[in-house]
Amino acid sequence: MSVLYIVIPLAVIFAGVAVGAFIWATRQGQFDDVDTPKHRAIQDDD
Amino acid sequence: MPVDSIVTEHIAACAHCGEPVAVRGPHPPEAEHYCCSGCETAHAVIRSCGLDRYYALLREDAPTDARSRGTGRAYAEFDDPMFRSLHIKRGGGGVCWMDLFLSGVHCAACVWLVERLPRVVPGVLEARLDLRRAMVRVVWRDDQTRPSAIAAALDRLGYAPHPARDGAARAARKQDDRAALIRIAVAGACASNVMLFALAMYAGLFDTMDPRHAGFFRWMSMGGTLVSLLWPGRVFFRSALAAIRARALHLDIPIALALFAGGVWSVFTTIRGHGEIYFDTVSVLVFALLVGRFIQARQQRWSGDAVELLFSLTPTSARRVSPEGVLDVPIESIAPGDILEVRAGDSIPADGEIVEGTTDLDEALLTGESRPVAACPGTSVSAGSTNLSGMIRVRVRATGEATRVGRLMRLVEEGARRRAPIVAFADKASGWFTAGMLALAAITLIAWLFIDPMHAVDHAVALLVVTCPCALGLATPLTLSVALGRAARRDILIKGGDAVERLATPGVIFLDKTGTVTLGSLHVRRWAGDQAARAVAAALASGSAHPAARAIAAFGPRDPRLVAADLRETTGGGVSGRVRGEPVVIGSGRFARSLGLDFSADMQAAEASLIADGLTPIAIAVGGRVVALAGLGDAVRPDARDAINSLRRLGWRVEMLSGDHPSIVAGIAAEVGIDPALARGGLSPEDKLAAVRFAAARERTVMVGDGVNDAAALAAAGVGIAVHGGAEASLATADIYLNRPGLTPIVELVLGSRRTMGVIRRNLAASVAYNATAGALAVLGLVTPIIAAIVMPLSSLTVLFVSFRSRSFGERP
Repeated sequence: MSVLYIVIPLAVIFAGVAVGAFIWATRQGQFDDVDTPKHRAIQDDD
Repeated sequence: MPVDSIVTEHIAACAHCGEPVAVRGPHPPEAEHYCCSGCETAHAVIRSCGLDRYYALLREDAPTDARSRGTGRAYAEFDDPMFRSLHIKRGGGGVCWMDLFLSGVHCAACVWLVERLPRVVPGVLEARLDLRRAMVRVVWRDDQTRPSAIAAALDRLGYAPHPARDGAARAARKQDDRAALIRIAVAGACASNVMLFALAMYAGLFDTMDPRHAGFFRWMSMGGTLVSLLWPGRVFFRSALAAIRARALHLDIPIALALFAGGVWSVFTTIRGHGEIYFDTVSVLVFALLVGRFIQARQQRWSGDAVELLFSLTPTSARRVSPEGVLDVPIESIAPGDILEVRAGDSIPADGEIVEGTTDLDEALLTGESRPVAACPGTSVSAGSTNLSGMIRVRVRATGEATRVGRLMRLVEEGARRRAPIVAFADKASGWFTAGMLALAAITLIAWLFIDPMHAVDHAVALLVVTCPCALGLATPLTLSVALGRAARRDILIKGGDAVERLATPGVIFLDKTGTVTLGSLHVRRWAGDQAARAVAAALASGSAHPAARAIAAFGPRDPRLVAADLRETTGGGVSGRVRGEPVVIGSGRFARSLGLDFSADMQAAEASLIADGLTPIAIAVGGRVVALAGLGDAVRPDARDAINSLRRLGWRVEMLSGDHPSIVAGIAAEVGIDPALARGGLSPEDKLAAVRFAAARERTVMVGDGVNDAAALAAAGVGIAVHGGAEASLATADIYLNRPGLTPIVELVLGSRRTMGVIRRNLAASVAYNATAGALAVLGLVTPIIAAIVMPLSSLTVLFVSFRSRSFGERP
């Protein structure tokens, strides 16, 4: 069971990376407007 | 003169907006038709830039609104240095950007079209539209194009641009939003990981777990919880401390107490190596509370944003007369002594005196007087009045803050400051709550010291954790934000939840007359004389923009075969022309007499009776003889009577306050069923404010109004409601804005508020009952960490479910 001492900290590090990515995305303004991009995605013809 | 030629006619769809257009004469079937020149311009621009796909997208989308049209202005004021310093930001390398609010964007096709702006205006690098806020950010190279060219291009596409105001406040709100999202993300990640450890440990309670592993799990949960408490959870401690320092009651005090007790005791038992831990419950509490707060804040923000957009619609430019000619300049750059040109239909941007030209002014916004006032050189004019008929030049005496409107706005701010803030029930209860929690915890601690001293502190801490008023704190804001969201979908924009609370119990409701109970514009109320002259008069009147002529044109009936020719308009008099070859005149009695028209005794008697009834008589003469008189007046909104009756049935006393002449006010009051004794006329804005203050000191007071003259009263009332089409000042100070014409929304609002408060009370009762039960169990020592972890979120979920299930404001019919 001592594998837990490696796996769990590893999982926590992964979670930390995910949270870090979210914080980065938020600071970039990715969540400022969640309504318009859905219209943009299907229309990009050029 | 061939004025009455018979023309063939059929109905075609406008190539841009799709509205029906009457097409005269023979035509090739493939020809395109337009309902107005604005649509024609927009269509031409879209075509020439190869953006035809817009129409295909539009068909897919099938929007319900009509496409908007531009104004055809040149937007020269966008190039003024003052405008640049106010609204345009400079990046590196000659790149500039500005935020513009666009009127008329509503669908996916609009997003597509607006974001193709770089193809329409060379030099524009990017245009990004935020559909919800109707805000576009345009980035361009300053050496390749000018701001006025960008604005004019957007206008030609059919989206009139307005510089967005309050950029700093918007940026600050954006930062707040981002910070809240980050807090939720961190709290969520901590809570879910701590829950996983907790699950493992709960499973380990039943099996046998290696004590070394158990210890490891405890330390891991402690790490997650400490991160959650010290980073996102800090907001609760900070706000509780601030409340304690200000000696105010706040629900964050008992919440912070529970988080603190649970956290500190669990850290202690973890270090000690044995005892109960509450890390899972504490971290889930932080997460749930943050989510609840975010939902609430976002809802209020949406309503605030919507009102702000309406704000940006007010004119921001003036036409200054200078030696180089007449220039559009931003309103901020005009100074006393400047000469401004004000065209018919524009609003007057500053206080001053007319130096040239005669016209009629609509001062309803300021005085509540619904009838146009004649003005000539020497007449003083106030900012906020609308110039109705002729072009005038005005010498500026005062601008901005110093104008009459500016002084009124200071009264408004004062009115808003004087209003006592409403203390939410949950905050009021928090004092009792904290005292109760601490007393119960002390009793539990002392009692268990005698029964089982080993577990006494455990039980006391369990009590503090399970009585955390998390559901209580969520109940009110969640229910309110659901109600606010549903109301907004019904075009009722509520700025804050306290207005809902105040509207739930009846009191007195003051209605403004002009623009609130009435439509606020001229309509034909009575027609005396030849009915056949109506169509002839309508044909002639449709050629003029004067409100009186527009009223007669709208009264109709419109006959497409009748076309007016030789149209001539006399400022302050009337319109003359020819219909079917016959001379026709529409104008005031004075104008008709000055032309020497045949004014029979019958017609003169009819004119006198119209004046006696408070209507403005307009003479219609055909072939040199006055054949009919139109009595113009302000018309009551069609739903006013029913709405006022409903309000009265709901227990409200309905009164009317107006700046208009008392006899007119009494007439309107009788028409809508308000006791004439409760309808007061001839009131100045200051009188209105005094009346509302007097009532507000005694009972629940609601003020409904639309104009600058109501703004101070709106701010002073318990709840201020601004109606559709109201002035900027009334928008700023009102708690609620009705984005739909008529008074029916007020009835919906009162009913909805009542239902919302019912739901809130049920929610509060449920959460208090839950806390009492959990507290009793904890005193008996029956609450273990696993029970706390299960029951705690359950209470919040109950509140969530009740809030979203409730029918506070019904769905749109």
